[in-house]
Amino acid sequence: MSFDLSIDHAVGDRRIRLDCRTQAGLVALFGPSGAGKTSILNMVAGIMTPDRGRIVVGGETLFDSETGVDIPPARRRAGYVFQDGRLFPHMRVRANLLYGRHAQAPMALEAVLDVLGIGHLLDRWPATLSGGEAQRVAIGRALLSGPRFLLLDEPLSSLDPARRDEIMPVIERLKQELAMPILYVSHDRAEVERLADQVIAL
Amino acid sequence: MILSSEEWGIVTLSLQVSLVAVGLMLPVAFAMAWMLARLRFPGKLLVDALVHLPLVVPPVVTGWLLLLLFGANGPIGRLFEQALGISFMFRWTGAALASAIMAMPLMVRAMRLSIEGIDRRLESAAETLGAGRWRVFLTISLPLALPGVLAGLVLGFARSIGEFGATITFVSDVPGETRTLPIAIYSALQLPGGEMAVTRLAIISILLSLGALVASEALARRANGGRTNHVL
Repeated sequence: MSFDLSIDHAVGDRRIRLDCRTQAGLVALFGPSGAGKTSILNMVAGIMTPDRGRIVVGGETLFDSETGVDIPPARRRAGYVFQDGRLFPHMRVRANLLYGRHAQAPMALEAVLDVLGIGHLLDRWPATLSGGEAQRVAIGRALLSGPRFLLLDEPLSSLDPARRDEIMPVIERLKQELAMPILYVSHDRAEVERLADQVIAL
Repeated sequence: MILSSEEWGIVTLSLQVSLVAVGLMLPVAFAMAWMLARLRFPGKLLVDALVHLPLVVPPVVTGWLLLLLFGANGPIGRLFEQALGISFMFRWTGAALASAIMAMPLMVRAMRLSIEGIDRRLESAAETLGAGRWRVFLTISLPLALPGVLAGLVLGFARSIGEFGATITFVSDVPGETRTLPIAIYSALQLPGGEMAVTRLAIISILLSLGALVASEALARRANGGRTNHVL
């Protein structure tokens, strides 16, 4: 079972609800903005706590309101790629990539640099990167942190079409080569149809 | 300009008082700034007001309050005397204490602003990368707040080196113990024919403050890896 999620959470007067159990490799959360897609990723990552529910990823219970399980985000080993990149502005690209370095990373630094084509950016400051470059560095940083699963929040939305065509195959490659559960948020139907094994509409 | 040994004594005493005041106040001010920026607790408004008191109250009043609390018969003063053997009355330690209290609001304000300015989403990002609380604090929060910490240090130092009212009220004017630059300038002004001494001390005072400002700008630039980021 890759994802076993049952989430019930209220933000103001809006209710976020999700019930899904799936074996699929890449699960897409698809829906209009404001539907709570990012909130769900935040809850799976542990940086937001659901009111009620259970979050099991790859057989490991990360959160369960009934038994009181709530693994802190630092120990969930989520590879979270945020929509806005969130590179650390006071560190160069190299330090950003190595920030969460983990012995059990699925790929070595050289392999990550190669797949993402970011080897020439190592000594740059994040502020000098283009949107596409920053997003690729963010993906690299998540991969090097030794994740057990990936959370990708609209990783393509900030990119122009040419860059999209560049990153899309990277994500497909990750999905095939790493065999890691991936939760993918998007509001773009074509993107979801191409990448997802299963689509959950919100 | 060659300083006389008396002038050297005043300068080194001023530096000693200000550096000790700012150095001791730094962790206290940072902790208070962090508390006010990040935590919610009952009585927060009161703590906030108390921190700002030395900024809004006449310095003479602050000095008098220090006298009541830290004086020879003050409750805290007696405690320090008995437990640590530190006495504040007519001593440079008292001048440092007065400077620290007067510098506190400026230091807390500068640091609080920069702590509030930290993008907390970067801290969450660090957490998802496996960093525990302390590592997030040391590698993300603290470096991002550094410009404000430096600004707080500079403002606090400037405030300390210029401190007059609370100090003279609290520990009076004792040559070699509490006669810092501003107090020395004031006493020289009281003496007939003291204009020359006043001019020299005033020039020293200006140079000292300018030097501190330039040094802090250079420090800020280095801390930011060459990117410009002004302290003030």
